Amino acid sequence: MKMELIQPFINAADAVLAETLQCQTSIGDVNMEEEAYRRKGTAVLISIHGDIEGRVILDIDGKTAAAIATALAGEPVNESDQVVKETMFELANLIIGNAVTTLNDQGFRFKIEPPQLHTDAQGMASSEDTEALVMCLDTPSGSVYLNIAMHYNRRRKTEREAVVGR
Amino acid sequence: MFDTLVRKDRKPIRYLVVDDSVFARKNIIKMLEQFGGQLAGEAGDGCTAITEYDRAKPDVVLMDITMPQMEGIEAAEKIIRNHPEARVIMVSSVGYQENIVAALQKGAKHFVQKPVKPEVLYEVIKYVMGEEAVSMQGAAAGDAQS
Repeated sequence: MKMELIQPFINAADAVLAETLQCQTSIGDVNMEEEAYRRKGTAVLISIHGDIEGRVILDIDGKTAAAIATALAGEPVNESDQVVKETMFELANLIIGNAVTTLNDQGFRFKIEPPQLHTDAQGMASSEDTEALVMCLDTPSGSVYLNIAMHYNRRRKTEREAVVGR
Repeated sequence: MFDTLVRKDRKPIRYLVVDDSVFARKNIIKMLEQFGGQLAGEAGDGCTAITEYDRAKPDVVLMDITMPQMEGIEAAEKIIRNHPEARVIMVSSVGYQENIVAALQKGAKHFVQKPVKPEVLYEVIKYVMGEEAVSMQGAAAGDAQS
């Protein structure tokens, strides 16, 4: 796993959660996961295509998602509410958008797909190319999990090096 | 706590909020209410934003970039082409240089990165409105209208 690809996501998640929840966050467990991904709660997946290929899953259990949605909405939100899903989509957008901004300013060009609700209980095992990093961010509302799996697009990397080498 | 920001005719500033996320729209609308603003319309995509602009003629448009059907930069360009006086502020989590430059080249007045900080949005609106707005200390939105 290339840490230079992962670090912007960690920084973005930390900053976005601290800003939106107006609290201190701390990074809890960080693991490399080789097994198929197992969903913990409400999960949103965003795919990335271009110089970097991969995906990021934002995963939060129902109670934590409702607590975060309540904190953000400023009014009580039930676990089942549509607003919980909306909150997840928006949080994912904010984190990915901020990370992408950093990576783009470093010269990487890629496109992010709109967030999708990840409903499968498990799926997408890691491969040699895309081992997944699972990170837990602890907030006063509960734990937020980020599952990040990405790699350089070899063809594009070769093309880029060829252009630079000319 | 913010000073109420109103037009120089002392009427509330009217906003069009464009974002595909209902949640993000609610969040921004809440901030605008704190500033004493008035919601002129909402849109969830670029196409609706264009028709809503024509209908509501807002003072300021807050426009997301990544949206379905028509993205924010294209919608901003079309609005500004038809209404050169339009004040469009781009609001997006994707804030890399190319995006910002593209938006400004199409006529957007400013860029605010998400997550939106109320104090930043307030200052940007004040800057974009320029002499067309005044801030009134301690005035509630209702007071400004009367």
